[in-house]
Amino acid sequence: MAHTDSHGRPIVVVTGMGVLTSLGEGQQDNWAKLTGGISGIKRISRFPLDHMRTTIAGTVDFVPADPFCAPELSQRLADRAAEEAIAEAGIGTKGNFPGPLFLALPPVEIEWPQRQALAAATGRNDGVSYADLIAVADQPQFRDTYRRFLFASVGEHLADRFGTRGNPIATSTACASGGTAIQLAVESIRAGLSDAALVVGTDASVNPESLIRFSLLSALSTRNDPPEGASRPFSKDRDGFVMAEGAGALVLESMDHALARGARILGVLAGCGERADAFHRTRSSPDGKPVIACLHAALADAGIGPEAVDYINAHGTSTPENERMEWLAVSTVFGDRAGSIPISSNKSMIGHTLTAAGTIEAVFSLLTIRNGRIPPTINYHDPDPALPVDCVPNVARDAQVSCAISNSFGFGGQNVCLVMRAEPV
Amino acid sequence: MHERDAVITGIGLISCLGEGPDAHRAALDAPGGFVPVVDGTSYAPYPVHPIVELAWDKQIPKRQDQRQMEAWQRIGTYAAGAALEHAGVKGNAELLSRTHMIVAAGGGERDAAVDAAILSGLPKAENPAAFLNEHLLTDLRPTLFLAQLSNLLAGNISIVHGVVGSSRTFMGEEGAGVDAVRTAVARIRAGQGELFLVGGSHNAQRPETPMHYAMGHALLAGDFAPVRARQAAGGGMVLSALGCFLVIESRAHAEARGATAIARIAAVESDRCNRSPGAATANAQRQLAAMTPGAGAAVLSGASGVAAPTQEELAFLDGLGLPIRATATALGHSMEPSFVANLALAADAVSRGSLFAPLEPGEAAMPGTLSQALVTAWGHWRGEGMALVTKA
Repeated sequence: MAHTDSHGRPIVVVTGMGVLTSLGEGQQDNWAKLTGGISGIKRISRFPLDHMRTTIAGTVDFVPADPFCAPELSQRLADRAAEEAIAEAGIGTKGNFPGPLFLALPPVEIEWPQRQALAAATGRNDGVSYADLIAVADQPQFRDTYRRFLFASVGEHLADRFGTRGNPIATSTACASGGTAIQLAVESIRAGLSDAALVVGTDASVNPESLIRFSLLSALSTRNDPPEGASRPFSKDRDGFVMAEGAGALVLESMDHALARGARILGVLAGCGERADAFHRTRSSPDGKPVIACLHAALADAGIGPEAVDYINAHGTSTPENERMEWLAVSTVFGDRAGSIPISSNKSMIGHTLTAAGTIEAVFSLLTIRNGRIPPTINYHDPDPALPVDCVPNVARDAQVSCAISNSFGFGGQNVCLVMRAEPV
Repeated sequence: MHERDAVITGIGLISCLGEGPDAHRAALDAPGGFVPVVDGTSYAPYPVHPIVELAWDKQIPKRQDQRQMEAWQRIGTYAAGAALEHAGVKGNAELLSRTHMIVAAGGGERDAAVDAAILSGLPKAENPAAFLNEHLLTDLRPTLFLAQLSNLLAGNISIVHGVVGSSRTFMGEEGAGVDAVRTAVARIRAGQGELFLVGGSHNAQRPETPMHYAMGHALLAGDFAPVRARQAAGGGMVLSALGCFLVIESRAHAEARGATAIARIAAVESDRCNRSPGAATANAQRQLAAMTPGAGAAVLSGASGVAAPTQEELAFLDGLGLPIRATATALGHSMEPSFVANLALAADAVSRGSLFAPLEPGEAAMPGTLSQALVTAWGHWRGEGMALVTKA
């Protein structure tokens, strides 16, 4: 019998998960620390911090990458998270995944070490111009740099390694990318284009220029000491997000496909909502309308009303504006219940994993459902009176969660909300 | 005919040849033959195809918006506006509120002067890392980041044109453009959306772009030659600045709002391989089997010019016995939007019922009626795509 949802579409289930953050590698290690209220934020040791206003991040320092650059480390984190998810799902055979790859990837850009290598090849000590760099660019030692910094390079590697089907799709919707990658996979399965899909979100962008770019937009916390106290979502004195690295991976399948092969079902990806915001390049519409519409769209897609939601995994970046807007939207959609629905931010501990956040936090939302335990929002000692939330302050809480929402919002007016459930409706 | 057919109802195309389908057709069919538009000096030894001069105000009325964007975003936002206008969607808040956008994008421009100054100062700096931090902190414009993020072309289109149904950006050079279209068509067929804005932009008129592809030995150096003709000398790409967006919608939706369907996207496929000899051809053969073109067909090839894939693709296409146009000769190679631009040319040509003139002596004229066009997109490194465009 075909298992379909209330819209008559194939039910999409999760059968494998993988996660890697500054807290560690794998579901077990991450979950223990996340529910233990432990922070992965620390002083950056990867590069000198002279002149930096922000000196902390949730870097992943235990995975080697050579040559060190964002796409290389992002790829290695993705490899490991995908490996864990596929192993848990027990799907396909080694190097032969029976479905497409949807990848949330940070934009790829040639970095300073590579640029400096070109400059060195010019032999000039002064007055180096791009014309000089262009003149030496065809020297054979730069071949690998060209390939490493193609946008397709990470997806191609993953497709080769895991044997996914077809051309991989690498998506960027800024800090909502992970949610978008999941949504693409859900749509593919619902449309009957695939029975299974591999979703990976990865980000390893902590390098001097990326840190400076966010810093110049005044987006980052400068509460450097102690590092683990910087990310404080919903607190009155929150002052910006903390950049972080990590990867999350999910194996999604149609319920029929999962049952037919005897797979263990970890949860249901019941609904996805998205909405673009035309207000501003970095700021959300102050009336919250796009996020409100996004939440409504996700609930409608899941075929449920707001009363079914037991837990909200907040976007919760620890910026003054995000939480104001997120609360406005949540209180509008959930009404009188809003203040009593637990809404916690994983980012208080792992920082903002940017492109990867949507997939990592989907994994954590599903673990919350499976374990009946809600990870806390740490560093919550000075509540913002404008945000009367139950943010699960400082200590994890046991609770039965059968339906969770995970929010992801990004620069460029990107909003994605996911509905995850223990069981199909 | 089916109500869930994906039809093209709007084309926004800007390139070195001009603005809009008519200007492109006029340039391609110019009396006395097509004349390439090439800038051979700015990024020597690598020629590029420059974007036509545009009155940005026409599609980006606010100067403040123009200032917030770098060229690649202005090009894309302009082309998106032109497509929405062509489709009769522009300014219609109700339609725009449920228009789904899929953008194929790379990254944005760097500040070349800041880079050059830092590179010049680093070798003499007492503490190079501190020098780099200090200069990035003081010399980078804070808003430049927003011109560099891949998804901020889509973000600008939302802001300038009010497209807010949804916004997704795909990355990955040529294949991103193919999958943007493929995803839109699949969602229309599955009833996951009615109205889509799909496309992208590329700007080769900035030094870091030719620099990157020069590292891959992927560019034509020296004098311009057409795609086929340049193969004798080892091939290579001539990159371009180009923006192209299409409005794609379900036939039922187009008919209900009285929009004219320009052409139908009957099929679109994408795949990948490791590019061992013959592997891309095998993908193309599989794709072709899913969309067998009938009478009155021609091929619009997106061959980049890079020797190995271009020669393999042209050998495969020559075997089909159809007239072929390797359009990179005229539009240059534009990476992410190259496939979308070829769909635009194909849709326009099919709606006129005639193929434009050969772009080089190695291409054959097509005197008969054009009723469908096969569009190919073999990435210069990876990814193989194909579509069939038929009469609406």
